[in-house]
Amino acid sequence: MTTEQDLAHASLQAILQTHQNQPGALLPILHDVQDTLGFIPDWAVADIAKALSQSRAEVHGVITFYHHFRTTPPAQHTLQICQAEACQARGSRELTAHAEQVLGCSLHGRSADQSIGLEPVYCLGLCSSGPNIQLNDKMVSRVDAAKLDRLLANVKEAQ
Amino acid sequence: MSIRLFVPRDSAALALGADDTAVALAAEAARRGVDIELVRNGSRGLFWLEPLVEVETAQGRVAYGPVEADDVAALFDALIHGAEHPLGHGLTEDIPYLKNQERLTFARVGITDPLSLADYQAHEGFAGLKRALSMDGAAIVQEVLDSGLRGRGGAAFPTGIKWRTVALAEAAQKYVVCNADEGDSGTYSDRMVMEDDPFMLIEGMTIAGLAVGATQGYIYVRSEYPHSFDVLNQAIRLAEDAGFLGENILASGKCFKLDVRKAAGAYVCGEETAMLESLEGKRGVVRAKPPLPALSGLFGQPTVINNVISLASVPVILARGAAFYADYGMGRSKGTLPFQLAGNLKYGGLVEKAFGLTLRELLHDFGGGSASGRPIRAVQVGGPLGAYLPESQFDTPLDYEAFAALGAVVGHGGIVAFDDTVDMVEQARYAMEFCAIESCGKCTPCRIGSTRGVEVIQRIQKDEKRPQQIALLRDLCDTMLHGSLCAMGGMTPYPVLSALNHFPEDFGANDAAE
Repeated sequence: MTTEQDLAHASLQAILQTHQNQPGALLPILHDVQDTLGFIPDWAVADIAKALSQSRAEVHGVITFYHHFRTTPPAQHTLQICQAEACQARGSRELTAHAEQVLGCSLHGRSADQSIGLEPVYCLGLCSSGPNIQLNDKMVSRVDAAKLDRLLANVKEAQ
Repeated sequence: MSIRLFVPRDSAALALGADDTAVALAAEAARRGVDIELVRNGSRGLFWLEPLVEVETAQGRVAYGPVEADDVAALFDALIHGAEHPLGHGLTEDIPYLKNQERLTFARVGITDPLSLADYQAHEGFAGLKRALSMDGAAIVQEVLDSGLRGRGGAAFPTGIKWRTVALAEAAQKYVVCNADEGDSGTYSDRMVMEDDPFMLIEGMTIAGLAVGATQGYIYVRSEYPHSFDVLNQAIRLAEDAGFLGENILASGKCFKLDVRKAAGAYVCGEETAMLESLEGKRGVVRAKPPLPALSGLFGQPTVINNVISLASVPVILARGAAFYADYGMGRSKGTLPFQLAGNLKYGGLVEKAFGLTLRELLHDFGGGSASGRPIRAVQVGGPLGAYLPESQFDTPLDYEAFAALGAVVGHGGIVAFDDTVDMVEQARYAMEFCAIESCGKCTPCRIGSTRGVEVIQRIQKDEKRPQQIALLRDLCDTMLHGSLCAMGGMTPYPVLSALNHFPEDFGANDAAE
C-alpha cells in the first residue's frame, strides 16, 4: 500500500535526481521540496544532505538562513502584508493592525480558527499602489480595511 | 478586421485586476459579436491608471484607465472606436507623464507583448547584439566604457571597468550574473524589465558574455517576483529556440547560456558577494573583499555582476553607440535612470529621465504631490539604506555626486514620499529593525549594532534619558558606518542619521524638559 509518506519520499527522490548535476543545487532543491510538500520536513534534510555530500548541519543552516523556507506546514491560507517603507507611506501599519485585530493574532501567528497565517513581507515591487498584500498566490494592491475584509471573506467562502 | 486591444500583464496591473478586466473585455466582445484581438502587453508604468486599456487606432494607441471589470460594459462602445469617455486619456503617447520622459531603456516597455520575438525585433530588438557579434570583446567593452554607464543597482561603479577586469582575467570558465534581487522598497524597475521586456535583459547579458568571454549566465531573481521568474524562463526558451541564445548564437559560432535562479527572501543577498554564496547553494553570508568577484566570483571564477537595469541599458548603447547614450545626463552621471515614484504620491509610476532633474520636479511635476493631499514632509531616496530628505533638499539634482555630497544616495532610483503624518523617529527605528531582521550576521557592527540601535531608539521614543540616548545613537551609527563589511550595516545609519539631523523635533529636540 502506498502511503502519503511514501509519495513524499518518492517526490523528494525525483527532485534530487532532477538537480543532481546542477552547480549550486541546494536552493533549487529546497524550492522544489517546499513547492511540492508545502514545507521542508525534518526527514528530508538527511536525504538532501546525502545527495549533495554535505552535512545535515550545512543544509539546516541554509534552510534557516532564508526567510522563504519553512520547516512546518503552513496554514491553509497565507496572508502576507507588506511592511516596507513605500507601503508604510500609504497606510500599511494601519492595515496590519486591522488584520491583527480581525484575525486575532499578530504577525507570524495564525488566526483564531488556525486557517489563516499572517506573515510580514518586505516589498512585492508594487510600490506605487500600496498597501500591498499577497493572499496565497495572488497579489492585491490598494488594500484598505474594507477590501481586506472582502478578500478574507472570499477565501473563507471558497473553503 | 479585428480591433486590437491592449491589457497589461505586469504584476502591478494584475494586482489591480487586469486579468478580470481582460476576461470582461473578451466576454463583452463575444456578447456583441465584435472581433477583438487582445494583446497582453507590459505596463506603461502609469500605475494610478492601471488597469490601463489601450485600443489601436489609425492615429495611434488610445488609453483608458483605470478600467476595472465592472467598467467594461459601459466603456465598450467608446473603447472600440477610440472615442472620448470619462475614463479616456486620448493618445497614450501624448499623456504628459509619458511624453515628458526620455525612455531609452524603457523604450519598448508597455508597448510590446513581452514574449513576442517578432514584436521585440520590430522595435530595435537584437540590433545591439547583432552589432556586438561583429565586434571583438575589447571593442564591446570600450563601447560600454565610453557610454559612461555606471552600475544601476546602487553602487554606481563604472560598468565598463568591471567588464574590462573580467575580460582581462584568464580562466577556462567565466560567468555573467545578473543581480535581480530587487529588495529595496520603492523600486520595481528591474521587475518591470523582467516581466515587460525580458528579451532586452537576455540581449544585454549575451552582449556582456561576448564582451568578457563568459559562456554561462545566471539571473538571480527574488522569490517575491514569481511572475518575473516565469516570464524570464519562457523568454529564455523562446530566445534559445530562435537561435539568439545557446551554443551558436545567430550562427556566429559563439556560445552563451542562461539560467534563472530563485532567491529565498533574504534582502542581504542583493549584496553581490552574498548573492554569489546563495547561487552556490550556501547561506547568503557576505564575503570579504578582496578578492574582487570580477577576478574570483561565482564558483571562484571571474564573474561580471551587474544589476538588471545596467545590463538592460547595454543593448541600446550597442545599437545606437556610446555617444548617443553619453549625451544624456550631467557630470559623471551619464545616460538615464528609470526613477520609481512610490509611496504617498498622487501619480506614482516609472519615470525614465536623464540624470540632472531635481527631486522636486519628480515629486511635483510628475508625481503630482502627495496622494493624501497633505504636504510631503520626507522623501527616502535609494531604498531602505537611503537617506531621508527634507523639503529643503528637494531642489537637489538627481546626480550621484550631488546626492553623495548631502550624505544621501541615488541608489537604484526608488523615491518614496511620506506626508506630514510620518513619525521620523519611528522610521529610524524601522531602519534599524530591518537591518536586525536582514543582517547576514557575519560582522558585529551590523549584527549587534542593529539590535542595540532598535533598543536605543525605543528608549528615545519613551523619553528615557533622551540626550544621552541620542549621543549613544550617533556613536553607534559611527561604528556601523565605519566598521561594517557591506552596505547593509554600513548604510543603515543613512536613514537613521538623516531622520535625526533633518527632523530633530521628532526626536524630542524641542521638548521643554531639555
